[in-house]
Amino acid sequence: MSENVIEAVGLTRRYATGYAVDHISFAVARGEIFGLLGPNGAGKTTTILMMLGLTEVTEGTVRVLGRDPQREPLAVKRRVGYLPDAVGFYDHLTARENLVYTARLLGIAPDERRTRIDDALAYVRLLEVADNRVGTFSRGMRQRLGLAEIIMKQAEIAILDEPTNGLDPQASEEFLDLIRSLKADGVTVLLSSHLLDRVQRVCDRVALFQAGRIALMGTVPELARQVLGGGFAVEVEAAGEGLAKQLAAIPGVSGVETVAPERYRLHADRDVRPDAARAVVHAGGALRRLSVEEPSLDAVYNRFFQTKARQEEGARHAA
Amino acid sequence: MRREGSPWQGLGTVVLKELSDHLSSARMRVLEWLIVLTAFASLYGAIQQVKDTTAEDPFVFLRLFTVARSPLPSFVSILGFLIPLMAIGLGFDAVNGEHNRRTLSRILSQPIYRDALLLGKFLAGLATLAVSLVSLWLLVIGLGLLLLGVPPNGEEVARSLIFLVIALAYAGVWLAVAMLFSVLFRSPATAALIALGLWLFLALLWPMLASALAQVIAPPDLMSIMLGRPSLETLMWQQALERLSPTHLFAESIIAILSPMTRTLGPVFLSQLEGAVIGTPLPLTQSLLIAWPQAVGLIAATILLFVVGYIAFQRQEVRA
Repeated sequence: MSENVIEAVGLTRRYATGYAVDHISFAVARGEIFGLLGPNGAGKTTTILMMLGLTEVTEGTVRVLGRDPQREPLAVKRRVGYLPDAVGFYDHLTARENLVYTARLLGIAPDERRTRIDDALAYVRLLEVADNRVGTFSRGMRQRLGLAEIIMKQAEIAILDEPTNGLDPQASEEFLDLIRSLKADGVTVLLSSHLLDRVQRVCDRVALFQAGRIALMGTVPELARQVLGGGFAVEVEAAGEGLAKQLAAIPGVSGVETVAPERYRLHADRDVRPDAARAVVHAGGALRRLSVEEPSLDAVYNRFFQTKARQEEGARHAA
Repeated sequence: MRREGSPWQGLGTVVLKELSDHLSSARMRVLEWLIVLTAFASLYGAIQQVKDTTAEDPFVFLRLFTVARSPLPSFVSILGFLIPLMAIGLGFDAVNGEHNRRTLSRILSQPIYRDALLLGKFLAGLATLAVSLVSLWLLVIGLGLLLLGVPPNGEEVARSLIFLVIALAYAGVWLAVAMLFSVLFRSPATAALIALGLWLFLALLWPMLASALAQVIAPPDLMSIMLGRPSLETLMWQQALERLSPTHLFAESIIAILSPMTRTLGPVFLSQLEGAVIGTPLPLTQSLLIAWPQAVGLIAATILLFVVGYIAFQRQEVRA
């Protein structure tokens, strides 16, 4: 599992107006789901296009499956599937005809074509509408058809650009499930999104983009520890006398905030929920709610850039 | 930096797909009917004219193409006017259409180069035009057989086939123009309007402008003013300017091929008439020699325009 299928070193794309991608380096291991996250215009799509050899690299190198996409784009594109942002199909053709065209471009033999297309359509649950024109498809169905194309291609790496963009919550949840099952089938998935919270649950590791650079990279808990100062925030709702003191006495708790009457927020270096429950009960209090806050990427992202902006401001004042 | 792999990979697939799109599209059907109906009208006029006037003509069949009976123009001048319309209709949304449907980046992420996509679209357009022209040609021959009752002789068939090839080259020029605009302009409507504007300009306005410009560049001298005719220099300039338009090149080469009596496309000099028997047809090879520069000019223009479009497409960003 440690083999890297994508490796970028100092990858840069410069336009006349400035850097779209500014010396980024990252590696994606086989079989993981790697998220390129960040606001629109941060350089995610440009990075993806460079990995496919669809746009020029100004500086640096990128290797996909050990090959240089600038020099051997056909070899790379044969083994990598790409689902562009707001993917389009030929509306006057049926779903199956669209896939047949791609299969022909891939040079899949005619007798194999049919089974592979049917399997792929079944995988994304589009088999019943396979012979309907794509013009009648909803956004979510097109997105799934795009995924079917990647599955038919039997790609080793699936690159998905904003796959849940514009989907309703249910459709995007279904799509994320499909992405998880891709991973279960051994496909490496690279996905980009500006919706941090929605995709953080499927990503093994993420890279946060900001203005053409990777600001942060790692697993979500790692980033949370790094940026949010680490630790857990446990919320306790309980009625009772002197609970704040009791809760503060739990080993590992570094502070207790009284957020509201009978609502406390504990900062701890581990999940102290069992101890908190015990402490409340021990003090004769009535425990109503106990929850631990999952570190959210949105919080990480906002905190990181707030801190950075504050530091920059501080530096300016100092100057 | 050298790229690995063949730029032609996937070319055949693209050609077949585009060809089937063209042949089944409503747009194509409308254009075909437009051409067939107008061509029939002019052909009918020509047949009436031929029946009325011809006594002894070794090339009576070729007259079908060139003879006009007012108010309709001749078959070839109708084609000269309508072929561009058809070619533009097939090519104006070739690349920007893919952009707007957001299919371009998906197709280019398959193992093909952009070369295959652009060339495939061009060849499919050209094949569609060839199919239409050949069927139109067969219709003309068939109708001629039925209504004139005279079979064409070998040379007539050869000449009309050469006409077919030149017409295809002419269609190629306009297809390349339309595809160039489809690369340059993101909106298909803009590309279509500009291509159609260029077509109308070159077909209708340029001949008038060319003679006016020739007058400016080479003003008539005293001799020509006294004779009331343009001087040789003015004529040469006018011809050179007119030949910038593919429509004019097409018309000139068609005259040389389909009217075997044509001896030259420019002014006739006395020295050229020495020993010539006026009104006798030239052999096929000699007619071909007259039309050769024009035909080559059309083919060269096609290649040049395609290459410009190709370079622009290679440099374009694929992202929408």
